[in-house]
Amino acid sequence: MWLPLRLTLLFLFLLLSPRALLRSGSAAVVSGEEEEFHEELLLKPLPDRKVLAHFHFHSIAPPSKSNGRHHHLFPKAISQLVQKFRVKEMELSFTQGRWNYERWGGFDPISSNNAKPPGVELWAVFDVPEDQVDAYWKNLTNSLSGLFCASINFLESSTMYSAPKWSFRITPGSLRYGTLPREAVCTENLTPWLKLLPCRDKAGLAALLDRPSIYKGFYHSQRLYLTSNASVPAETVSGISLEQTLTVVLQPNSPSSSSIHSGESNFQPSWSLSSIFGRKISGKCVIAQSSIVYLQLEKSIFSEQKDNMDNGPNSLASEGFAGGSGFEMSLDPDIVIEEENQSQHKGSSVLYGFWVEKYNESQPLDLGLKWKYPVFWSSQQAPLHASRFLMGSGNERGAIAILFKSTNSADSSSGSRHVSDGCELQVDVFQVVPWYIKVYYHSLQIFVDDEAKPIGDFVHKIQVSPSKDKTSPGMMEMLLKLPCDVRSAALTLEFDKGFLHIDEYPPDANQGYDIPSAVISFPRFHSVMHLLSNDSIRKSPLLSRFQEKNRVQSYTEVLLVPLTTPDFSMPYNVITITCTVFALFFGSLLNVLRRRVGEEERYLKAGKKKGWLRVLLSRLLAKFRGKPMEEPDQPSSESAPLIGKKLVLKVILVAVLAVAWQFYST
Amino acid sequence: MAEVEKKEVAAATPPWKPKPRPIVRLGIVLISHSLLVSVVCCTAGVVALFLLPMLAKNTYISENALMPGSASSMLSNDDISEAERLAKDLTSLNSGAADAGIERRRVLAKYLSDLGVEVGYHKFEPHQNQFHPLHFFSSPDSGLSRENGSCSSYGINVVGIIRAPQADGKEAIVLVTPFNFRKNSSSEALSISIGYAVFSLLSRVTWLAKDIIWLVADSQYGEYASVASWLRDYHIPVFSASSSDNADSCFEGNNINLLREESLDQTEISSGFRRAGTMAAALVLKVTDVKGQLEDTLSVYAEASNGQMPNLDLINVVNYLAVHRQGLRVKVEKFISVLRWEWIWVLGDTLNFIGKVAGSLNPEWKFGISTPDYVEGTATLANLLYRQALGIPTGPHGAFRDFQVDAITLEISPKVVYTNQGRRNEFILRSARLIEGVVRSVNNLLEKFHQSFFLYLLTSPAKFVSVGVYMIGFALLVAPLPLVAASLYVDANKPDPSSQGPKHKLQINFKPWKWLSAAKQVFTVHAWGVFVSLLPYFISQIPNSTPAAHSIIWFSLSTFGLLVLYLITKSPFKPQKGEWENLKSVTISVVFIGLLLMSVVNFATAQIGALVLVPACLLAQPLKLDIRDASLKSFLRIACNVFISFVAFPPVGFFVLKGVNEGSGNMDVGEFWTWLESLWAWNSATYIYIGMVHLPCWVLCLHILLHSC
Repeated sequence: MWLPLRLTLLFLFLLLSPRALLRSGSAAVVSGEEEEFHEELLLKPLPDRKVLAHFHFHSIAPPSKSNGRHHHLFPKAISQLVQKFRVKEMELSFTQGRWNYERWGGFDPISSNNAKPPGVELWAVFDVPEDQVDAYWKNLTNSLSGLFCASINFLESSTMYSAPKWSFRITPGSLRYGTLPREAVCTENLTPWLKLLPCRDKAGLAALLDRPSIYKGFYHSQRLYLTSNASVPAETVSGISLEQTLTVVLQPNSPSSSSIHSGESNFQPSWSLSSIFGRKISGKCVIAQSSIVYLQLEKSIFSEQKDNMDNGPNSLASEGFAGGSGFEMSLDPDIVIEEENQSQHKGSSVLYGFWVEKYNESQPLDLGLKWKYPVFWSSQQAPLHASRFLMGSGNERGAIAILFKSTNSADSSSGSRHVSDGCELQVDVFQVVPWYIKVYYHSLQIFVDDEAKPIGDFVHKIQVSPSKDKTSPGMMEMLLKLPCDVRSAALTLEFDKGFLHIDEYPPDANQGYDIPSAVISFPRFHSVMHLLSNDSIRKSPLLSRFQEKNRVQSYTEVLLVPLTTPDFSMPYNVITITCTVFALFFGSLLNVLRRRVGEEERYLKAGKKKGWLRVLLSRLLAKFRGKPMEEPDQPSSESAPLIGKKLVLKVILVAVLAVAWQFYST
Repeated sequence: MAEVEKKEVAAATPPWKPKPRPIVRLGIVLISHSLLVSVVCCTAGVVALFLLPMLAKNTYISENALMPGSASSMLSNDDISEAERLAKDLTSLNSGAADAGIERRRVLAKYLSDLGVEVGYHKFEPHQNQFHPLHFFSSPDSGLSRENGSCSSYGINVVGIIRAPQADGKEAIVLVTPFNFRKNSSSEALSISIGYAVFSLLSRVTWLAKDIIWLVADSQYGEYASVASWLRDYHIPVFSASSSDNADSCFEGNNINLLREESLDQTEISSGFRRAGTMAAALVLKVTDVKGQLEDTLSVYAEASNGQMPNLDLINVVNYLAVHRQGLRVKVEKFISVLRWEWIWVLGDTLNFIGKVAGSLNPEWKFGISTPDYVEGTATLANLLYRQALGIPTGPHGAFRDFQVDAITLEISPKVVYTNQGRRNEFILRSARLIEGVVRSVNNLLEKFHQSFFLYLLTSPAKFVSVGVYMIGFALLVAPLPLVAASLYVDANKPDPSSQGPKHKLQINFKPWKWLSAAKQVFTVHAWGVFVSLLPYFISQIPNSTPAAHSIIWFSLSTFGLLVLYLITKSPFKPQKGEWENLKSVTISVVFIGLLLMSVVNFATAQIGALVLVPACLLAQPLKLDIRDASLKSFLRIACNVFISFVAFPPVGFFVLKGVNEGSGNMDVGEFWTWLESLWAWNSATYIYIGMVHLPCWVLCLHILLHSC
């Protein structure tokens, strides 16, 4: 009884004096039993003059008995979804554009967790017996489809989803995985996603989300990840943690295009929140426990600066934000968090935190970054860069090739060597292929360092479920163990292109059919940020997420397979119309002509009375039958051409008259 | 056909049995009047061919999604000046220096990586097309000719790829500019300028839905070879690259290492092969200097191997934008010599007059065409038919068609060689805007190119004849063949009026055997044809010999083979009655089948072949008979026969055509060999046609002419 009362009191208190409450330390008030909401934004300049903005919204609903079906902050739609479909873990992402692993990095937590394949990706783990999973999955897809205004319901069909066992994600329970590479992502998907936030986009960090600017970017991925601790007693409602992230890569407005031409392209563009988003942050979402903006910079920038600067020695890395160094921030950070220097990876970074609560309408947060010197750095790469492409041409057959290229060719001595003692580089490959691409798994070939190698030497574990026509897609899970010093490795799989049934083709000519992205993960590599332990880190869901041990994961390109597409409409039109006309016309005409057999013979016998046409006809007929002419009378046959000539003359006369008349009348 | 004959026999024997069906009787009428029918049909076929320029329709953009010219061009003078800076940097390098080529590539790559696009080098070994008898019609094979490359001959293409922002990268548009990195050529520098101007614009725009690949093809070993090898590596890569190890030890291999070293500095340029998605379309851009032009012109080349054409919409878009937006004059290559033929002008006048009269009778009959238009159309059509029939691609775009990518070559030639920078910039701006517009149109395309025609003949850049129209002429031309074959067969197997009675039944039983012996003869001659068409492979292995020697060896070997065959298969008995009719009948049937098959593979070859073979086959009759007859008609026939069989002999035909085209200059026997070599080197089906259909049928016609009956 006292708990709701306390909550309402708290709510009132929040409404009345939010700032006072927060200043007094909200952590003390909110106990473990409270629903929480955190909002964070991470900004990171990328090596190729772009800026990554990563919004992270975290809602937590603790397991509770008393709350029943009602929540204060947590979106009801999601909790109902979780309870109804017994979802243990689920991730749904809407992505537009491609994550550039080479330039934007492939090792850090953001690229491993938030770089997603184009279109929609959905996977879910259910807490139900194995035989009911498919039914729950189907219901879930339909619900999500309605919730997010997307055609996720197409994942309902058994040809669209698969059940990876170990290569995609090691989770106990029944996992289902499906993608829709062709799904277009736009504001209609963002609005329902924003509705799940307690402040929507009216206040807090989400207010930055100016639609034109976030959809103008190079990459846009909105993601929803939820986990529920289903192992609670039956009568209580399970606790849910909902993580909503939006990752966008934007091009800051460079002064003009002329700067590219003027040769000053080495400079990173300076930007500010208002120049990227066209808006400023005017305060936090009042019911958020924490609202922080982070700016992440690679440490290598500082070393670069040291090289570049003449008066370098007195500006150390940690004081990089101070006036004298290569860049300048418009605001002083409230907190500086450094990543512990990991010996095996060169890339480590510094995070500057800014408390949003310090800012308000009159003094909005408009973080800006200004570069003073041209700087270069490169993002941290996954051990292997994977790319996938199609081989061959034509409508009959082809091959899928996955090419791995070592990213640390320059410093192969360091890097991955000491990760495993036997110096093996483990690579998990998970690939789903639609049924109409008939993959011959026996034709798997492996080339390591430009040499064909027996499969058994490198494929440690492989699991294949071949496709069934119109029933299930083909799925391949593979664990490769490559030597550490591998320069390149290639996998090829041959396939035949199948024929679709006539009603499975789209009504018009089509672009082709998609093969969804393959998932490449490195189980021995973890994208972890080892941040120096700090009290504020523990409270920040974003940073604690960064500190989780997740394996490095990347997605390959979506492939387009042109299938043979008959042009249905044209032959159909031509054949049906011409056949109908011809059959009707000639059939009936000839029938009518040919039915008078008896009469014709009577005419043949009474040959005297025949007109010239009939004589001609009978002569021809007789000729075909190989019989001599039956009619003895020559005069009539001689007269026939005479009459014919007359007739022809008449016809010509009429024609000439007609022509003349036409000629003079015009 | 055989069915008709059976029915014919059935109809002939029983006196008053149930009548045959009307369709059968129609066939019988046609067969019995085969002479009239064949004369009418052949004439109509030839007339229909000459009417094609009149029947041509105006082209139209069929695919609505293309929307050419609906967006205004975004290309600015900044792009042009930057492109000109690149061109100046490229040309200013000392062309004499040994490493000028490497330096140029480096400059180009630097410029590209400054744009923020992905840059890669592609090293290739230009391989000579080698004749191999078993590789006709096979898909382009990557492992075919990798083994025998000498070190010194490596080319390096520079490839830049724009990844379309917000797109999923499933499709790509390819832009090709051939460039010889070793040589300074002002026109090639101009084409690089145009290419770079477009590319730098496209690297900034936000509307791209497809990736853009710019291939600067190293044209020092030919434009086609570099593009083809890049495409091969794109589509059919070889992972077990033993050859690349050899390459690295070579000189050029060192060069690419140099390039690689530089790439490490910036981490922008990678030596690995870079790919984008499935190719939607490709444009090859060239600038040539042609003297004496009135205005800036754009020539469109579209013929790929075996007469395949790209989708008409691609040409339409280029034509529309060039004419209506950029004010360039678009032209398609034509036979200049046709313009000089008097009779074509007379024919044009006649058709013009007929059209006028018809128009005055009924204003709705608008088939008139002005005489110059008609002659131009005929010249273009003739050139197109000839190019298609050769089966040799007319430019680097042909390599794309082998991978089912629609591609055309755009050859832009400025009015004068521009010395004034302002005029030059204006020319670049116009050309680049044209390319930008085409790229934008193709970028709009949601599906594959499918809406418009793939089978068409162009009579001018804006007029085309579709397959439904041009097939009529061919169909009329070959239609008499089965009829004549049937009627000949019937004639040959007609019971002798003199020997009626008890023998009657016996003869009917023997009929099939006669047909079979003729078929045997035809078959042996065709086997000889296969032998003849395989011979060049072995002859070309002979080292150190001239084309003339090759052709003489070939000719003598073929004649020898024919003689041996003749001696082996010559029947010792005196020729039977109706033997030559049977032979002719079977020959005609084989010609019919051959022409029909060829019309599917390469229509132009079949059309031109039919023009020669059909009269030759239909007219063929033993000279002895005609001489015995000694009437005007038979003398006329003898003259025709001799003339046609002279011209139909492939070498003679080749030289006659050459003489008509270029004037009777110096004729070298070796030229024919070189010509045929080019045919097989490009895997042209015309070679097969000449060897396996035309030549045997010509021999058979000759055999019939000299038949001793």
